[in-house]
Amino acid sequence: MRKRVVSMWFPRLPSDRVLRAGLRHIADDNRPFALIHHEKNTDRIYCLNQAAEAQGLHRGMGFSDARAYCPDLQSHPANWVADIKFLHTLARWSKRYCPWVGLDGTDGLMLNITGSAHLFGGEAQMLDDMRHRLARAGVSGRIAAADTRGAAWALTHHAPAPTADITSLPVAALRLDAKSDTALQRLGLRTIRDLMALPRATLARRFGPDVVLRLDQAMGAQDEAITPLGEAPHYGVRLTLPDPIGLVEDVMMGAERLLVRLCDKLKDQDMGARQLQLTLRRVDQGAQMVELRLAAPMRDAARILPLFARGVDAVDAGYGIDQLRLEATQVERLMDAQITSTTASRPDGLEDLITRLGNRIGLDNIQRFLPADSHIPERSFQSVPAAYSTASESWASLRPRPLRLFAPESIAAVGSRPPAQFRWRRMSLTTGRAIGPERIAPEWWLPDDNWRSGLRDYWKVDTREGRRLWLFYTPQNPGWFVQGEFA
Amino acid sequence: MRVTFQNVFPLRPARVHEVCGAGAMGFAAMAAQRRCLWIRESWLTDTAAPQGLMSFLNPADLLLAHPKNQADALAVAEEALKDGALPFIVLEITRPLNLREGRRLQLAAKAGGTTGLCLIPEGMGSNAAETRWKAAPLFDTQSEDSTLQRWKIIKNKSGTLGAWSVKWDAQTRRINVVSEVAQR
Repeated sequence: MRKRVVSMWFPRLPSDRVLRAGLRHIADDNRPFALIHHEKNTDRIYCLNQAAEAQGLHRGMGFSDARAYCPDLQSHPANWVADIKFLHTLARWSKRYCPWVGLDGTDGLMLNITGSAHLFGGEAQMLDDMRHRLARAGVSGRIAAADTRGAAWALTHHAPAPTADITSLPVAALRLDAKSDTALQRLGLRTIRDLMALPRATLARRFGPDVVLRLDQAMGAQDEAITPLGEAPHYGVRLTLPDPIGLVEDVMMGAERLLVRLCDKLKDQDMGARQLQLTLRRVDQGAQMVELRLAAPMRDAARILPLFARGVDAVDAGYGIDQLRLEATQVERLMDAQITSTTASRPDGLEDLITRLGNRIGLDNIQRFLPADSHIPERSFQSVPAAYSTASESWASLRPRPLRLFAPESIAAVGSRPPAQFRWRRMSLTTGRAIGPERIAPEWWLPDDNWRSGLRDYWKVDTREGRRLWLFYTPQNPGWFVQGEFA
Repeated sequence: MRVTFQNVFPLRPARVHEVCGAGAMGFAAMAAQRRCLWIRESWLTDTAAPQGLMSFLNPADLLLAHPKNQADALAVAEEALKDGALPFIVLEITRPLNLREGRRLQLAAKAGGTTGLCLIPEGMGSNAAETRWKAAPLFDTQSEDSTLQRWKIIKNKSGTLGAWSVKWDAQTRRINVVSEVAQR
């Protein structure tokens, strides 16, 4: 069978991506639009749409110049990573035409459609379908089919029409480097046909093997492979049973078999599971799911299995379960760790406990304190989920801090010295000793309603009744409050 | 024979104890000292401040659990007590425990070899508790930066009752028992 290759080129891929994502009205109204990137201390146009090009703008133009030419130019910052992701999305989409899809640079795709064109009613219909779908998706592209990768590339990038004769195209269509291209032009070799007329030996001696190789690749004398994109690894396994099962031990045994297989897969990829989903399909077509969120990435079947026990116990097996499916819905990189005398700062048993507790009350509700860089008492620490953080040892406090903090509770008192007597929570208290003041200023760069009253002078007040309270006075907005209690 | 402080403190391991009073949180912080899980219902607005806990234990060793209600809190406590991965569990109680709940916690503590401490509002204790303490801060006329407390043991399954005045030494992280003033 004759090899056929389709080349897709998306000359405006970055701007099409942004317009598609949320600025559809600009594309619909055909208004000028450009993507901007910051380079050498100036903003330049990175990619632009047809309307902008019609106004005389071009790539690499300074953004301020462009705005002078075209005052209603809309702009957006460029994002290379998102562009590459979008190209991968397109590559996955084009697998509907053939399984063999490779990337071509940063703005094109190569499809080996050998033997799959007839599924769409012929090659012409297939190309029409591609153009139609791309146009509907708002992606401008040029598509051409040829016998070789080189020829298909030449047709999309340099031919006026996708069915042109490639021998009449300029030599640049051979994917030559700029130097060879200029040298050929200077010698008057403008088209590929001119180049083919020359003896191969002289061509190779004068311009190096590259030009001959590119010519051969375009003409089909030399084969050129398309590297298909690798499939993303899939972390799912399943087990189908000839007869339905219902006992918890049986289901756990099935889950164990699946877990061993899944953990092998994870080990191959140096990954660990963060979230697992066990789907139990019943004979009456119902399905029950057991979710497991782990406190740390894990791929040790013997440790994960007992964590499933609670979830499996709650499953209603009905008339029996005949299919089990286990999938790691969230994975994280987990490298093999070297065991030394200094490792194992967090014992494994604790992670399992966090997982089990987390599956009961939510993994985010198991927290730990981390220090935060602030003098504001309530902002000098934060509670973060323990499963997604590591403990920090860098705790410091220069002045005594209360054991218990609560929202400030107002007390009736006047003056900048702590009151000799006051009432708090229906208790009448007498000040025995007051240590202070410690002045804390609000962080003006963070808007915080609680600190609207301005500066605070904190006092540690030991009452004769025993309670040791943390009071503060707001001199800019006179008032006394209780905010904490010492041990 | 009166019970001595050394007999009842540190708290008897693999049992669940209770503490009430204004100094309950300080009592828990002094009793914990090691890696510890602090269970506290999520709707409670006041928080234990790590900077304040620093003089009692290392905040890095502290794990917090915030269950929605007391049923979840008890389940978490039972699970953690039974597991034994953490040597000390603090549970804040908001409604009275019945004998069944208290007994379950006790059995879980025994199974896991973990010490549990319930912070209870006054009078909400369960009969299954090993000891019940009442901790109240005292005004210290002598020293400025003091943690003087009056600890009373008001229920003891394996001994008589007693009362002591104690102080915390932040440098050495240990409890000093203040000697009683002799009768003249």
